[in-house]
Amino acid sequence: MQVPAAFEYRRASSVEDALALLESLGEEARVVAGGHSLLPMMKLRLARPEYLIDINDLSDLDYLRVEGGELRVGALTRHRSLLESELVFRHFPIFHDAERVIADPPVRNRGTIGGSLCQADPSEDLSAVCAALRAALVVRGRNGTRVIPMAEFYRGPYETEVGPAEMLVEIRLPLVANAGSAYEKVERKAGDWAVAASGAAVALEGGRITQAGIALAALGAATVNSVRAEQALLGREPTEEAFAAAGRSAAEDCDPVTDGRGSAEYKRHLADELTRRALRRAADRAAVAALAAGAAGEDG
Amino acid sequence: MQVTINVNGEDRSADVEARHLLVRFLRDDLGLTGTHWGCDTSNCGTCVVLMDGEPVKSCTVLAAMAAGHEVRTVEGLEGPDGLDPVQQGFIEKHGLQCGFCTPGMMMTARALLDRNPDPSEDEIREAISGQLCRCTGYLNIVRAVQWAAQHPAEAEQAPAQTAGSAA
Ligand SMILES: Cc1cc2nc3c(=O)[nH]c(=O)nc-3n(C[C@H](O)[C@H](O)[C@H](O)COP(=O)(O)OP(=O)(O)OC[C@H]3O[C@@H](n4cnc5c(N)ncnc54)[C@H](O)[C@@H]3O)c2cc1C
Ligand code: FES
Ligand code: FES
Repeated sequence: MQVPAAFEYRRASSVEDALALLESLGEEARVVAGGHSLLPMMKLRLARPEYLIDINDLSDLDYLRVEGGELRVGALTRHRSLLESELVFRHFPIFHDAERVIADPPVRNRGTIGGSLCQADPSEDLSAVCAALRAALVVRGRNGTRVIPMAEFYRGPYETEVGPAEMLVEIRLPLVANAGSAYEKVERKAGDWAVAASGAAVALEGGRITQAGIALAALGAATVNSVRAEQALLGREPTEEAFAAAGRSAAEDCDPVTDGRGSAEYKRHLADELTRRALRRAADRAAVAALAAGAAGEDG
Repeated sequence: MQVTINVNGEDRSADVEARHLLVRFLRDDLGLTGTHWGCDTSNCGTCVVLMDGEPVKSCTVLAAMAAGHEVRTVEGLEGPDGLDPVQQGFIEKHGLQCGFCTPGMMMTARALLDRNPDPSEDEIREAISGQLCRCTGYLNIVRAVQWAAQHPAEAEQAPAQTAGSAA
């Protein structure tokens, strides 16, 4: 049986308590949320924290609400809540697309969005989702709170801006009018990590694309936006030609490696194709949102 | 450290190391060996138990993390009136061969039916998608869950529901 190295367990009673524990116990302390990335790593001794601070009692970090023109998601929100939330689906159907294919139901009952982002695995689906949506991440320490744009959150694979005595507490997703989003992933079998995946979000104004977010998973050492692909879309009509240009840029700019899930060449092909598919669906959804907003405007 | 978990309705305690996994607590400390332990890597799902009513992989939950929560294992399925309909369904529909995956499958089925008494075949397949069966090809597992849905225990039957005995 795989058993983690010995550690001391603490259960935090509040965010303040967790932060105080992180500070007093020092760099060898780690928080555990769902534990579905950290515990497997500890079993393999890829991680050997001396202290584990369990944050599962912090139910005040488990919420989904609209505030200040943003959807605000507590860091302890489980995959399952994101999958089942009507509110999330209405504003960001990309979450629904992604969550359906993240792991499996028992894993989704435990794993959290905060743990997913802080794990910073380049194959993590929610990192691509949050990058496509240009999320802002609220990171709290004993001395205050910082808001970090998703584009600056990752320092590299398995490394984030969150300091040793800090915690991610909230994910903020800006609500955009006439917008749509979608996620496309290819996996080898149900519940597996992505061979490759692409997330896309677009906003339309007068039949043209005014905002675009594209981010890939499992296609480079860290999840980042495909900036040239995004630029290829701005100001254009949502046509197959525009999507193809974006797909090509995404494929050119990604950095896949050959591994058990596929060759670099195959993954690069997927970057192109999945970006086009995600854009098609995102643009369709944006058009529906624009129609609905127009109809509501005429009524009002 | 002293850990107390409510298992199948009873508070059970043991003195364990912090790194002790829930599956070990159940099997080794409490002797509840109905919960199986397979891949150890949160992939196979044979270790699934219900924690606060929802399926979790007990090889990837620390006993310490489950302290203060309610855990239900396959030993807690049978009630005073006999087998749970899910257990009877696995008998009726031949839902197992070697039986290794069965405890996890049955716990997932129980949780599914508690939330959704009349699931579609797709919903059943989705619910068990985190669990591997090397023997049955899944078809009879799906049929077993469907049988259980059609034969709810009397206590669970909603007043408007008459499907059970009519089927
Ligand atoms: C079988 C299996 C299949 C999977 N398949 C997929 C998949 O297809 N796609 C996918 O995206 N993911 C997949 N996952 C990962 C799953 O989504 C995990 O739940 C997720 O990566 C981590 O979330 P967690 O809450 O379990 O984090 P934990 O394991 O608890 O923590 C992960 C890391 O984040 C840190 N952390 C957690 N919360 C915070 C916080 N609030 N502030 C600061 N640091 C924090 C921890 O210290 C740790 O370093 C899979 C996992 C398993 C076991
Ligand atoms: S033993 Fe837990 S998932 Fe396989
Ligand atoms: S019955 Fe043998 S693994 Fe399912």
